[in-house]
Amino acid sequence: MTLTERQQRAYIDSQAADMRVNVELETDEGMTLNMGPQHPATHGTLRVIAKLDGEQVVWADIAPGYMHRGYEKLCEVRTYPQVTTLINRIDWLGSFANEVPFILAAEQLMDIEAPPRARYIRTILFEMARIANIVLFLGDLGVQLGAVTPAFYAFRDREHVLDQIESVTGGRFHPNFDRIGGLKDDLPKGWIADTKAVMERMRMFCDEVEDLLFGNEIFEARTRGVGVIPADVALSYGLTGANARASGIDWDLRRDGRVAGLAHDDVDWRVWTHPDGDSFARCWVRLQETREATKIVDQLCDKLPGGSIMAKVPRIIKVPAGEAYVETENPLGAMGYYVVSKGDLGPFRVKIRSASFSNVSVLPWLLRGVYVPDIITILASLYFILGDIDR
Amino acid sequence: MGKVPAPKVPGLVKGLGVTLKTMVKTTFPARGIKTLIPAPSVGSATVQYPHEKEQPADRARGVIALKEDNCTVCMLCARSCPDWCIYIEGHKDTAPPRRPGGKPRTVSKLDRFDIDYALCMYCGICVEVCPFDALFWSPEYEYSELRLADLLHDKDRLGEWMQTVPDFEPYEAGSDQKVRKVPR
Amino acid sequence: MTAAAPILAELAWWMQTSLRSIGVLVAVLIPAGTLVYVFLFKMMSFMQSRLGPMEAGPWGSLQLLAEVGKFIQKEDIIPWRADRKLFALAPYVVVAAVFLIYLVVPFGPDAYFVNFDVGIFWVLAVSSVSVIGILIAGWASANKYSLLGGLRAAGQLIAYELPMVLAVVGVVIQAGTLNMQGIVDAQANGSIFGWDGIGNPFILTQGIGFLIFLIAMQAELTQTPFDMPVAESELVSGYMTEYSGLRFLLFFIGEFASAGAFAAVAATLFLGGWSVPFLDNDADWMNVVGPLVLLTKMMFVAFLVFWVRFTYPRFREDQLQQLAWKILIPLSLVNILATMALKVAF
Repeated sequence: MTLTERQQRAYIDSQAADMRVNVELETDEGMTLNMGPQHPATHGTLRVIAKLDGEQVVWADIAPGYMHRGYEKLCEVRTYPQVTTLINRIDWLGSFANEVPFILAAEQLMDIEAPPRARYIRTILFEMARIANIVLFLGDLGVQLGAVTPAFYAFRDREHVLDQIESVTGGRFHPNFDRIGGLKDDLPKGWIADTKAVMERMRMFCDEVEDLLFGNEIFEARTRGVGVIPADVALSYGLTGANARASGIDWDLRRDGRVAGLAHDDVDWRVWTHPDGDSFARCWVRLQETREATKIVDQLCDKLPGGSIMAKVPRIIKVPAGEAYVETENPLGAMGYYVVSKGDLGPFRVKIRSASFSNVSVLPWLLRGVYVPDIITILASLYFILGDIDR
Repeated sequence: MGKVPAPKVPGLVKGLGVTLKTMVKTTFPARGIKTLIPAPSVGSATVQYPHEKEQPADRARGVIALKEDNCTVCMLCARSCPDWCIYIEGHKDTAPPRRPGGKPRTVSKLDRFDIDYALCMYCGICVEVCPFDALFWSPEYEYSELRLADLLHDKDRLGEWMQTVPDFEPYEAGSDQKVRKVPR
Repeated sequence: MTAAAPILAELAWWMQTSLRSIGVLVAVLIPAGTLVYVFLFKMMSFMQSRLGPMEAGPWGSLQLLAEVGKFIQKEDIIPWRADRKLFALAPYVVVAAVFLIYLVVPFGPDAYFVNFDVGIFWVLAVSSVSVIGILIAGWASANKYSLLGGLRAAGQLIAYELPMVLAVVGVVIQAGTLNMQGIVDAQANGSIFGWDGIGNPFILTQGIGFLIFLIAMQAELTQTPFDMPVAESELVSGYMTEYSGLRFLLFFIGEFASAGAFAAVAATLFLGGWSVPFLDNDADWMNVVGPLVLLTKMMFVAFLVFWVRFTYPRFREDQLQQLAWKILIPLSLVNILATMALKVAF
C-alpha cells in the first residue's frame, strides 16, 4: 500500500516527536526512567516518563493512549443494544457500572422510567460491581507495596461476587444486563439469600485486609503523607470518586447527583471522607466504601419490591432526537455519557466522560519531588483502569 | 481507678496472625472429627482443573445452541450481532398447502447457519432478539480447538449443543415473569 | 566419623578436596531445594489459600527439577550494551559467597568441612562478597531498572551488615570463642545463670540479639520487607532483570541457598546447632543425627524468615536505612553492654 506524501510526512513527524521526547530528556542532567507501557505497576499500558535525580523525581509526565480502542467512534455505528455490550468493556472491572449511565441517558431521552424492581436490582448490581472492583484494588494495593498475600485473598473472595453476578446475568465480567426501560431478566430463585451470604463474606474480607494491610506499621509508613492532594488542587484537576473524598471533598453522585434511575435514596448509607488527602486516606476511604456497599446491598435485598422488571417499550427501540448527559458514581469515580440522538436505531454521538482520565491528569503535578517507590504507591492509591483512561 | 485499656496488638503481629491462620485453615480445614488430618486440597480455594471441574451457573454464557426447526431465516440475529459473526444462508421453498385446494405456502429453508466463536463477544443479543425461540444459551465452555478455523460451528454442531441447554430456572419471589420453556 | 577421620587423613589431597567439593554441593543444594519446595511452593501457597504446583511429581515435589531443566535449556541472552564479562561473572560471585558460608557450619561433632578458629568471623566476612556480585549485576546489565536495584542493594546490604555483626558479638561474648564448634559446645554444655538443665541456647539468653539477627538476616537476603533491590512491582526484578536461563537459575538457587546458609548459621548461633539437650554430644552416631537436627532447626528459622516475607509490604529505601542506623544499631550496642555486664557479674 502506497501512502501519500502527506501521510509519510505525518508518520515521520510523529516518530521524530516521540524520539524528541526521549532525546531531550537524555541530554539534561538527571536520568530518564520510562515506566513504559509494559510495567507491573501501571495497571495496564500507561506510560509514565520520569526524570530522576538519584531516586527523586524532578519532572514527570504521563503518555496515555496505548490502549485507545475508539469507543466513541464505535458507538456512532452501533445500535443501542450493541453499544451496551461494548461499553461493558471500558472499565472492565466495574462491569455493570459502565452500562448504567448510558442506559439512564437513553431512558431520559425516551422519557420512560424503569419499574421499581428494576431500579432496585440495578442498584444492587451497581454496588456489587463496586465491591468487585474495589476488592481487587485492595488486593492489588498489597502487591504494589510488596505484600503478595492480600492479592490472593482478594481474588478468592471476589470470585463469590462474580459468581453471583454470573448467576443472574450470565457473564462474570461483562454482564450486558441493562436495557432501556429495565433489565434483561429477573433474579433466579435463591439469589437474594446467596447474595446476603456473599456480602457477609466480603465484610469478613474487609476485616482481614484491615488486619493484614491497613493495620501494618510498614504500610502506614509507606502511605501516610505520600502523595498529598489538597482539596483545591483535587477540584481543579477534576478528581472524582474516592480520590476527591479522601481530600476532604464531600461529594458523592449517589447522593448529590441528579440521577433518578438508581435506588440509593431508599436506603440508609453514609458517604466516607478523610481530611488528609494522602495515599493512606485514599485507600482507607475505598475500604470503608466497600463495607458501605455491602450494607447497601443487604438493605436493598431486604426491601426488594415485587413487580415487573421492564417498562413498556417497543420491540425495536428508536430513541427520539435530543441530547442527554448522565453521570453516576462509578467505582473509579464519576463516569458520564453524553448521548446525542437523531432518532435512529443507534446514537449519533456518544461522549464518554471517564473517571480515570481526569484522575490521572493530576500525576504530573503530584509526582514532582517524590521518590521512585512513592511513584508506585501513588499510582496504586489513585487507582485507575487503563480501559477507562484510553477508551 | 479507671478501666485499664486493653493492650493493642501491634499491626505487625496481627498481620502475621492472619497469614498463619489462613495457612492452618488451608492445611486443616474444619471437618469435624477429621480436622486434625491435613487435607490442603480440601481447604484451599484451588479447583484442580482438569482433574476437578467447577459447574458454572445455569445462565452462564458458554456457547449458543440452535434449534433448527424454529428458525425461519429472518436474519434478525445476524443483523444485530455487534461483530457480525453469524453467517446465515437460506432459500425459499414451496410447501404443500395446509388444506387441500389452498395456495401453496412459501417457507424459508435454512442452508447455512454458522457462528464464528473466534469473533463472538458472548453478548447474547442474538439470543435475546430471536422472535422464534431458535437460539439458546448453554453453560458449556470446553470447546477450545487447536485450529482457529475449527471455532466456526456449523448448523449441525450448533444443533448438538441443544442437548446441553439447561431448563430455565424459576424466578425469585416477587417477580411477575413467567418461566419460559426450552423446546426439546 | 571419628573412625573415618584417620581414613580421610590418608586420602590424597586431591581426593579430599573433591570429596569436600561434592559434599558442599550437596550441603548447598539440598537445603536450597527443600526451602524452595516447602516454603516457596507450599507454605506460601497455603498462606494464600491455594495449592501451589501440583502437577510435576506427587504434590509438585519435582517442580524444582522441572524448573531447573527449563532454565537450562533457555537461550542465553546478553543485552547488547551490557559488559559481557562482568554480566557473566555476577551470578557466580553471588553463589560462591554462599558456598563459602557452608564451609564452616558444623553438622556434627566431627562432621564439618573446615574448622576455622575464626569461624563466625569468616561467615560475616564472606557473606559480604555477595554484595559485590549484586552490584556487578546491577551495573553490567545496561538497564536503568537494574542500576536502580543495584544501587539500592549496595546501600541496604552494607547498612545491615552492622547490626548483624553486633548481634553476633553478643553471642561471641557469651560463648567466649569465635569458633563455630566452640559456640555449639558452649550452648550444649553451658548453663543459664547456674541452671544447666537444657544447656544455654542463646535464643533464651540473647533474645534481643536473635531478633536483631533475624531482621538483619531478612535484609541481607533481600527478602520482603527489605526487598527494595528486587522490588517486583517497581523494578520488575531489580538487578536480576536482564538475567535469563541458567544465569537466572544461579541467582535463584543462590537466593535460597543463602537463605539456608544464614538459617543454618542462625541455628548454630542461637538454637544450639546440631546439638540436642539430653543426648550424648560426642557419640559417633551424632554425626548422622546432627545434620538432621541442624536441618530441622534451619527449617524453623527459615519458616520465620519466609512467614515474614509473605506477610509484610516492603519498606522504602530511606525508611530501611533509618531502621538500620537509628534503631537496630543502638539496640545491638545496648545488647552488647548488657551481655558484657551480665557475663562479668555471673
